[in-house]
Amino acid sequence: MYSGISISQTDARPLYLQIMEQIRQRIAAGDWAAGKELPSIRALAADLAVSVITIKRAYLDLESEGVIVTRHGKGSFVADVNGLAGELQEEKLDEHLAAAAAIARGLDLSDEELAARLRRAQREVKKK
Amino acid sequence: MSDMKHISMHAVRKSYRFFTLDDLSLELEPGQIMGFVGPNGAGKSTTIRLALGLIAPDAGEIRVLGHDMQRDPAAAKRDIGFVSDTMRLLPAATLGWHMRFVASIYPGWDEAYATTLVKRFNLRPEQGIRSLSSGEHVKAALLLALARRPKLLILDEPTSGLDPVARHEIISEFMDVLRDDSRSILFSSHNTVDVERISDRITFIDRGRVVESNDKEVFLDHWRRVHLQLPPGAKVPELPHVVGRSGEGQFVTLTINRYSEELLAPFGAHVRDVQRMNLEEIFVANVMYHREARGL
Repeated sequence: MYSGISISQTDARPLYLQIMEQIRQRIAAGDWAAGKELPSIRALAADLAVSVITIKRAYLDLESEGVIVTRHGKGSFVADVNGLAGELQEEKLDEHLAAAAAIARGLDLSDEELAARLRRAQREVKKK
Repeated sequence: MSDMKHISMHAVRKSYRFFTLDDLSLELEPGQIMGFVGPNGAGKSTTIRLALGLIAPDAGEIRVLGHDMQRDPAAAKRDIGFVSDTMRLLPAATLGWHMRFVASIYPGWDEAYATTLVKRFNLRPEQGIRSLSSGEHVKAALLLALARRPKLLILDEPTSGLDPVARHEIISEFMDVLRDDSRSILFSSHNTVDVERISDRITFIDRGRVVESNDKEVFLDHWRRVHLQLPPGAKVPELPHVVGRSGEGQFVTLTINRYSEELLAPFGAHVRDVQRMNLEEIFVANVMYHREARGL
């Protein structure tokens, strides 16, 4: 099964995180719908030429996040949770907001200044 | 027996006049790839020759595919495929002659797979061995080993001296073998990028001793470089699991081999950066630390 997932040796993140990220993106975008079967661990390992243990780690972590479910002897599937894609998007939003808050603190911005900048960014998006 | 270890070496010793391999223990499970990493002269090839039953140990036990390599090496050898970068096929014969020869000895020879590999590796059976480039020579030797469908593949520096495209083709072929979870691969390499990518387990060896043998993800999770910026005049407190330190004055870098966030709590805001290490950095730091500990 061709997964379309690709990994980079120059990406500073470990391989299993790169693989998790790309699977999450496919699910969040709706390309991989709930109930879709994921490639088997060995098939994806062969496809990406990455060790089996790395794919196992990525699947286990995705499973503990509730993104996928693994049924013994049957394989792994995209979790059948209502609004999972939305949840993933919200998680991503929170991550970006936390990163923005950290940068704002580094710049010594006041809360009001940060809020003002967020409103400016929202206006920019609306214009598009 | 599905839970049978493919390689099991325990407390193995082999002495030569100027080199001793000592207290060597390692295990390879079915379905796994083990990367075997060490500097030149560390004992990689000696270990591989012991696993192949080409030489006998002075002490210790070696079982391969369930067979005792002292008493019953022939039974194991039927299911072992071996390729090394120094292996030489007969220069005057063709690739096709070699294929027929290997097929006549090993009943497991898979002609259809051999034909596929000939195409994938862009070789021709009528080609004389003498006319092959060094990359083609390795591919030909690998083809002869793979088409026998061995349970265990042992590869001594299979990718050294190959161009990046040939390396990629060969590594893809290894991973294809591992689609079947009853097969396994032991391969030695200097190329830590290849090892880091495809190995499930990694064994570091240096100067005749195993430095560490563990799951790849354990190595990558445990090792970190920590950059500290301390107040002027402050001393770095003693910490467990610090195997290396460099820098002076306010800027100090620690190398840690059992990293956890709690470990850094005493440093608080003085931690400037925590970096993951790649396998090559872990290997070098690990070897240097163990040499120091052994007083070498």
